[in-house]
Amino acid sequence: MAKKGKTPAQDPAPEQAAADPDAPPPPEPVPPVSVIYCAVCTYPPEYCEFGASLTRCKEWLKEEHSDLFDKYYSEEALQTKVGTLSLEAQQKLEKDMAKKEVKAEAKAEAALKKKMASQIIIKRIERTKRKHITSVFGLEAFDIDLKKAAKQFASKFATGASVSKNPQGLDEIVVSGDVSDEILEMIENEVGVLKGIPADNVELVEEKKKKGGE
Amino acid sequence: MFKKFSPSTDIAGHTPVKTSVQRGIRASVLSQWKIEPETLEAIWPKKEGLVHVKCREHISIYTVHGEPLIFQHFDGPFYPTLRLLHKYPYILPMVKVDRGAIRFLLAGAHMMCPGLTSAGGYLPPADAALPAGTPVAIHAEGKEHAVGVGITKLSTEEMRAVNKGVGVETATYLGDDLWALQTL
Repeated sequence: MAKKGKTPAQDPAPEQAAADPDAPPPPEPVPPVSVIYCAVCTYPPEYCEFGASLTRCKEWLKEEHSDLFDKYYSEEALQTKVGTLSLEAQQKLEKDMAKKEVKAEAKAEAALKKKMASQIIIKRIERTKRKHITSVFGLEAFDIDLKKAAKQFASKFATGASVSKNPQGLDEIVVSGDVSDEILEMIENEVGVLKGIPADNVELVEEKKKKGGE
Repeated sequence: MFKKFSPSTDIAGHTPVKTSVQRGIRASVLSQWKIEPETLEAIWPKKEGLVHVKCREHISIYTVHGEPLIFQHFDGPFYPTLRLLHKYPYILPMVKVDRGAIRFLLAGAHMMCPGLTSAGGYLPPADAALPAGTPVAIHAEGKEHAVGVGITKLSTEEMRAVNKGVGVETATYLGDDLWALQTL
C-alpha cells in the first residue's frame, strides 16, 4: 500500500520527464559537489576573510590546500577584490577586520581561562546508614558528553548512573554507590570520554545526612 | 531565524515522522525544489526514517541520521540547510548580493534590494522572475558557494522597481547556529 502511494507522488515531477530524453534510461542521482570547509572557522575557505580568525585560516589553507590558497590569496585575487571598492573603504574594512580578529582571540582566550578555572565537584552523598550515592558536577565545562560519561560510569562500576538536574537546575551525573575515589582516579588517568581535565580542578566533597532528620 | 539557537533550550523534542507524512514532505520538496527524484533519494533514502526535530517558534528541522537536511517555519516552504545546498547548489534559484553586503549577511541581516540590484548583485532575468515568498540561495559576488538561504519578500521584478528595503529575508546563513550544528 505504501509503495503504491509513493510512486505517483514522485512521478508528476516535471524534471524527470525533462531529464529522460537526454539522460540514459536508468536515471542516476546527481553526485553531490564536494565542498572543502576550513578546519579553523568551518566556512568554505573563500569566506575565511569574513571570519574572525583569518590569519590562522590562511595558515591552515596554505598547509592543506596550497592550490586553493594561491587562488584566493594571490596578488591578482586580492587586486580583483579591491577593484569594486574605493581605497578608503578598503582600508577601513581592513582595520575593522583586524580589530575583530583581535577581539575574537581575546574572547577565545577568556573562554579557555574560564574553562581551566572551572571546578569539578565529586560529592559523596549519604543515603541510608551505609549506602551512598556519588554525584559528579561540572563535567560539561570540559566539553564532555554527560550521557556518554554516565554510560561509562554505569558499565565500569556495574551500577546505575544517570544524568539528572540538581536543585539549581544544572546537569550532573548521579552514580549509585560510593565510587568517588574511583571516579577521581578515572579522571586523573583520562579514561574513555573523560579527557582534558586538569586533576587540580577536581574536588572531593562529602555530604552527611543530618542527624535531626531521623 | 537561527541567529540564536541553542539545542539544549530551543529544541522541544525529536519524533520519527509517519511514512504518510514523509510521503507528503517528499512530494512537496520535489515540487518546491529543482531536484530530481533520484538525487533526493540519494540524499534521503526512502528506507531511512526522517526525524522531526521540533523547535521553538514553530521551527521544524528534519534530520536523516542526525544530520539536519530540511527546515521549515510553521507551514511555510521547505528550505534546505546550507550544507545541503553547498552539495547540491542547483536545487534553489539563485540571487547574488554584492561584496559590500556579505559582511552584513554574515551578521544575520536581511538582504536589502540595492545589494541585489547593484553591479555585483544578480537577480533572475525578467522571463524567469521569482514571485514573493520563494526560497532562494543567496550567493555572493566573486564567491563560488552559497552564503545563505532566504525567502524573497518581494517579487524579483518589484525589487528592481522599488530598489529599497528588504528584498530577501535571510533564513539561515554561514556561521549561524544552525551552521554550527552539524548533527542533532
